[in-house]
Amino acid sequence: MRYILILTALLVSAGQALAEDRVPPVTDKLVQKECGSCHMAFQPAFLPARSWQRIMDNLSDHFGEDASLPADRVAAIRAYLSENAGDVQRRGIARKYMQWVAADGVPLKITENPAFLREHNFPDRVWKDPKVVTKSNCLACHTQADRGNFDDD
Amino acid sequence: MLRPLIFAAAIIAPTLASTLVMAGNPDRDAIVAGYAKQARAADPAFTAFSAARGEQLFRTKWSGGDERTPSCTACHTENPKNPGQNAKTGRPIDPVAVSVNSSRFTDAGDVEKQFTRDCKSVLGRPCTPLEKGDYITFMMGQ
Repeated sequence: MRYILILTALLVSAGQALAEDRVPPVTDKLVQKECGSCHMAFQPAFLPARSWQRIMDNLSDHFGEDASLPADRVAAIRAYLSENAGDVQRRGIARKYMQWVAADGVPLKITENPAFLREHNFPDRVWKDPKVVTKSNCLACHTQADRGNFDDD
Repeated sequence: MLRPLIFAAAIIAPTLASTLVMAGNPDRDAIVAGYAKQARAADPAFTAFSAARGEQLFRTKWSGGDERTPSCTACHTENPKNPGQNAKTGRPIDPVAVSVNSSRFTDAGDVEKQFTRDCKSVLGRPCTPLEKGDYITFMMGQ
């Protein structure tokens, strides 16, 4: 009986660990297309709504790139990202990332969140791999990251 | 019974074949025509786009843009039939050559958006209508 209890406890915690690496995928076609045209369309859960607002305010200087879009598209993408932001979801990965964000903080880089850094503490050679290029290239290692699945690590 | 069929085939087959040979895309043709109009407006001496100039544009190492993207080849590789990789984000890029990626240059908005971004990044300035038309013409032959 005790073994069954321990086994169940193990299974439950394994399930939770797995579930923690899943995030609701981007389902909006426009967001998939426009945000995904230069990089993976990052799931809105990783940043609070005010961060997405700031990002959508500054598309002409988007991390040094001119990612300008027509105003109607900007509005639609802004709405989707804000409505599904981390501080709106507040569950799973969203909660894990939001706990490190100050109440008035407006982080712009998911890769600077301590929740990210804790799980990506790799030697330089990993980051210098030509397949990787940059820390925000989730798909280089998480092959199903665009579907919200970050299990494979 | 057989004769009408043969007759029909004799009419249909050449029509099909000529369609395949042309392999044109009305959307792409319209985009190129639009750039031709702009090129003519900028220079009345303009006659036609050139695949050779397009290739030169594609392979030239520029110096005015982002140091990570000195040329188109930085992301699209030396062979536009190959898949590429965004030099800044690592994201895979579908081939640009029309022969292996028939959806290229078929959405005017997307084409203009991509030229706006990439010309700024590679050349450090907007591309001219002549350069855009030459580039597409080169890729249509690839």
